Amino acid sequence: MLTQDQAAAIFRRLRQYSTAEEVEVYFYGGKSALTRFANNTIHQNVAEENYGVSVRTVFGGRTARATTNKLDEESLRRVVQASEALAKVQQPDPDLLPVPSAGEGAPAGGPSRHFASTAAITPEARAEAVKKIVGVAEKHKLTTAGIFSTSDSVDGVFNSRGLSTWHTQTSSEISITMLATDSSGWQKANSPDARNLDAVSLAEIAAQKARDSARPREIAPGKYTVILEPAAVLDMAGFMFWDFAGSAILDQRSFLNGRVGSKLFGDNINIWDDVSHPLQSGAPHDGEGTPRQRLQLVENGVVQRLVYARATAKKVQNSEFKDHVGPIAPTGHGFLLPNEMGEAPMNIVFAGPQNPKSLEQMIASTERGILVTRLWYIREVDPFEKILTGMTRDGTFYVENGKVQYGIRNFRFNQSLIQMFSNVDEMGAPVRASGEESFDMVAPAMKVRDFNFTEVTRF
Amino acid sequence: MKDIAAWALNAAALRGATYADARIVDDRTRALSTKNGKVGSASDSESLGMGIRVIADGAWGFAASDDLSRASVEATAAQAVEIAKASARVQTDPLRLAPEKPAVADWIAPYQIDPFSISVEQNIALLLQVDAELRAVKGVTLAETNMNFRREEQWFYSSEGADIHQTKFSTGAGYTALAFAGNEIQKRSYPNSFGGQWQNKGYELIEELQLVENARRIGEEAVALLQADQCPEGVFPIILDSSQLGLQIHESVGHPIELDRVLGMEANFAGTSFLTLDKLRSLRYGSDLVNVVADARQEHGPGLGTFAYDDEGVPAQCTPIISNGLFTGYLSSRETAHAIGENRSGGTLRAESWNRLPIIRMTNISILPGETPLTLEQLIASTDHGIFMQTNRSWSIDDKRYNFQFGTEIGWEIKNGKRVRMLKNPSYSGITTEFWNSMDAICSRDEWILWGTPNCGKGQPQQVMGTGHGASPARFRAVKVGTAYKGS
Repeated sequence: MLTQDQAAAIFRRLRQYSTAEEVEVYFYGGKSALTRFANNTIHQNVAEENYGVSVRTVFGGRTARATTNKLDEESLRRVVQASEALAKVQQPDPDLLPVPSAGEGAPAGGPSRHFASTAAITPEARAEAVKKIVGVAEKHKLTTAGIFSTSDSVDGVFNSRGLSTWHTQTSSEISITMLATDSSGWQKANSPDARNLDAVSLAEIAAQKARDSARPREIAPGKYTVILEPAAVLDMAGFMFWDFAGSAILDQRSFLNGRVGSKLFGDNINIWDDVSHPLQSGAPHDGEGTPRQRLQLVENGVVQRLVYARATAKKVQNSEFKDHVGPIAPTGHGFLLPNEMGEAPMNIVFAGPQNPKSLEQMIASTERGILVTRLWYIREVDPFEKILTGMTRDGTFYVENGKVQYGIRNFRFNQSLIQMFSNVDEMGAPVRASGEESFDMVAPAMKVRDFNFTEVTRF
Repeated sequence: MKDIAAWALNAAALRGATYADARIVDDRTRALSTKNGKVGSASDSESLGMGIRVIADGAWGFAASDDLSRASVEATAAQAVEIAKASARVQTDPLRLAPEKPAVADWIAPYQIDPFSISVEQNIALLLQVDAELRAVKGVTLAETNMNFRREEQWFYSSEGADIHQTKFSTGAGYTALAFAGNEIQKRSYPNSFGGQWQNKGYELIEELQLVENARRIGEEAVALLQADQCPEGVFPIILDSSQLGLQIHESVGHPIELDRVLGMEANFAGTSFLTLDKLRSLRYGSDLVNVVADARQEHGPGLGTFAYDDEGVPAQCTPIISNGLFTGYLSSRETAHAIGENRSGGTLRAESWNRLPIIRMTNISILPGETPLTLEQLIASTDHGIFMQTNRSWSIDDKRYNFQFGTEIGWEIKNGKRVRMLKNPSYSGITTEFWNSMDAICSRDEWILWGTPNCGKGQPQQVMGTGHGASPARFRAVKVGTAYKGS
């Protein structure tokens, strides 16, 4: 693995090669492995090791970036030259700030997200776990497909004003689909510590969903009360957080244009961005190396504030929007510069309700509704009303009189996120959840009324 | 590179691999963009490494490294064999590869102008000129432009004796105008969404696109959409422009014909397919006018799915997918060809770069143009009442590829053969085979464009791949329109 000391030595060489006024270097890379199975067989099994440096140089307000994974002297010299050549032909950007000082960098510490036992997992160990998953499938006369992946990664930022940040992290993930003749079930979990993953338990739940949804019936599309499991909630929610950026307001591409400070969602919606949360993951610094701050974005349904990279905060402060967007200050959420998107909150934590309901309690209190395991192929239909379309998948059930009755054919929905988060009747305890359409979050299951299903498919 | 690959192949054989291939890729990219009169990003990137794929104990293993020293290459090959042997612990049947005569070849995709030879100043000046045209239109609140170049050089060697060296450039460019007012954001893109048009060409593509010439119109349309009528809900004939039809092909033909999906190998992520094996040469996929091919050959055009050999050394081919409406072919690989009774791969295995395992990917999945001369304007003139939709805005389809819904940036109501009004927020939905069976007209070769889709995601770990889709505008009868806004 690339160490912080090795990175520091590379940074010193890069600085020697540079004639720029300022230099900022982002280091990234690591080892990753993924065992993939389908039809009860491991059919793909891969591993990778790769490290890179991404060099940003600055000349009189002009900046640009060049990246390479070639770390020999000649390549390091060339990547600096490439960055400088690109930077020198830019127009000066009056909004560009000096690179952050050492004192502005993210402090060392925070929750450890590196586990040696996860980094040491072998292909044999992954195969053994898959064998157990296949065993569950065979026990239930199903076939299974999925993955077991692990990684050991580093990332860090060094700059010519002395800032230096470094983050190491392991991650592990298991995703399982169980397939029957005309139905399927799914479960997925991830953690920096693979010991938190229970392959057999996940496989059993996925298998149960596949069995319970066999011989799916078709029911008419329309507005239903839905019980969305956490993966379904986060895959929907993920589509709105790109709009919580100061840059999105400046660009007027945000659904929060003119809406910060207003009550958009129900009283029971409280959302934080908190990289330090024990169930969260990722580096404590942003693309410039400054610390990611813990912020409440939504309080009792009211959008309280946005997140900002350093330069964005300054621009918004000097803009016509400054009195309409809540607190304005750098929050440590910027992407690597230069970029068009600015910043975004990426460590979302939904606050739990005072009386969280279990999935079983939500089902028991439902007279007529739909239980949704997972959503799929979600895309934005309308950027301001935040209407999303997509499909249910891998375990969709009809609920009546407080009980799951039977599996149903999958629905297409066209649903406004604003309305969805205004119609949450019950909520579970937030958990670390993972889907396929959005980044991981700490999110609860939700019971939502009047969810808008518009079509039904053939299975 | 041959020596480096030999280290890998020898080390794999010594460890017990019965088959091995080594793919070295040297990638170079440049990305330039502007936003509202300023450079948004300017970056160069390069990546070099090797991926080693082996069969040992009858199972696959793959390992990749950015370190091409002999010690690293041999260790990576040993790792690939170790991984294959672990795979063999959970396997029902040993792998078998369709035979393929090992090729020795050196191929450079045709191009006229090396895009990296054009100065960054010239490129940015062009993008800023476009940006100025877009923002000259009152009401445009966000103008974004982009220009992207890639040079990909690949060396492929196999234990069977393949020795293939391929080099290609790809180029992409486009722009978007957003107009925000009241409670609405409208958008227009040129020449397509997804960053514009993308092809395996050099800088000559930029010169062909007429970027500046179209910018004012695109800005005006974005603003005009704010005042346009909402697209009605109902059942109508629709005409799709060629870029939207290209995406329709991608989603409702290209993905379901991937044989790995059909065989369940993508069930956990990308999904499966309604095109079960019994449907080959028996399913009426579309109307008699529907003819679709998967064509990776240079003679099909400079699509993002054009190459000389795929990433397991199989020559580029043209496979008829839909022939006069009948479903006739899948996308296959050496591992999967036997499942459809073929003794040779269709040549569609591709990887995002050196660090990814090649998987079945679309090549250029194109609908053939109509043989009877028919322009778009003639097609519109022959339509009594319908809706013409242009440029994709949203897209979604279920995991077996039956039910789809697309939204486009702009629509036009057609009455008595004429465009009578602009429509905002158009959308349409349907079931794949019902939709393709409703196609009753397609424009001829003059209207046919080979579009590039640069962002197709598939696989675990996910890989992003460019695919090509040739299409002419076409008309579909009795399509459900407007559902996207129903009840929201």
